[in-house]
Amino acid sequence: MTKLTAFIAGLLFGLGLLLAGMANPGKVLAFLDLTGAWDPSLGLVMVGAIGVAIGPLTWARRQSSSLLGRPMQLPIKRELDPRLIGGSLVFGIGWGIAGICPGPAVAILLTGHWQVIVFMLAMLAGMLLFTALESRRSH
Amino acid sequence: MNVDWLNFTPWSSLAGGALIGLAASLFVVANGRIAGISGLIGSLLQRGSEGVSEKALFLLGLLIAPLLWGLFTALPQIEFKSGGFGLIVAGVLVGIGTRYGSGCTSGHGVCGLSRLSPRSMVATACFMFSGFVTVFVLRHLLGG
Repeated sequence: MTKLTAFIAGLLFGLGLLLAGMANPGKVLAFLDLTGAWDPSLGLVMVGAIGVAIGPLTWARRQSSSLLGRPMQLPIKRELDPRLIGGSLVFGIGWGIAGICPGPAVAILLTGHWQVIVFMLAMLAGMLLFTALESRRSH
Repeated sequence: MNVDWLNFTPWSSLAGGALIGLAASLFVVANGRIAGISGLIGSLLQRGSEGVSEKALFLLGLLIAPLLWGLFTALPQIEFKSGGFGLIVAGVLVGIGTRYGSGCTSGHGVCGLSRLSPRSMVATACFMFSGFVTVFVLRHLLGG
């Protein structure tokens, strides 16, 4: 059952990205272009998403297990460390260059555009680099 | 500030956002997991992660969403603005940045803000800020 809900959640997430315009890098960049011809649409994506999710996520914070009996795995870390800030700043630079973040990269991977395949391979390489650096650090 | 009203799509963006929120809610309420895409992909790249099948099935759903969409209607416009070099640089920065920053637009921006996480508020402010600055520099200072 949890496999089915995971699949349906992913599917809905992808359909939402497509409907919202988030899967169009040109539209994402138009949102990030505050001083150009600014397209505020993606601000409304956040409003819609948070408006729906805030209730269920607030509920989840008080639970120790999900409705299907799985452990509730919410992040517990609290401190605002340099990794969080530096990593997020670096992510934003990459996002601002191409207008693609990880969700949309997956959601448009099979639409036949070579650009997203190049982006995805580079993103996976970046993630693998992180994993390699982390395992060296822990040894 | 100069709003591009012609390309402004308030209703479809709001509705798409609501669908994203619904998906994130379902994943946390049913599976007890945060729908953070960079975290899901990153953990599948690491050896010995738990919940591999649920994470992979979420990503599979996300992957085939355009195929399902395409059965009913034409896919929305997908327009790229960067060439191969830009895409490679962007991809590497997004990959490294989201892993060090423990999340991206979905994990921090949607799920984190929805559960009022201070870490996610700071992370979202950081990537929005550097995203705005990057576009400003590339489009208006360098005139790319």
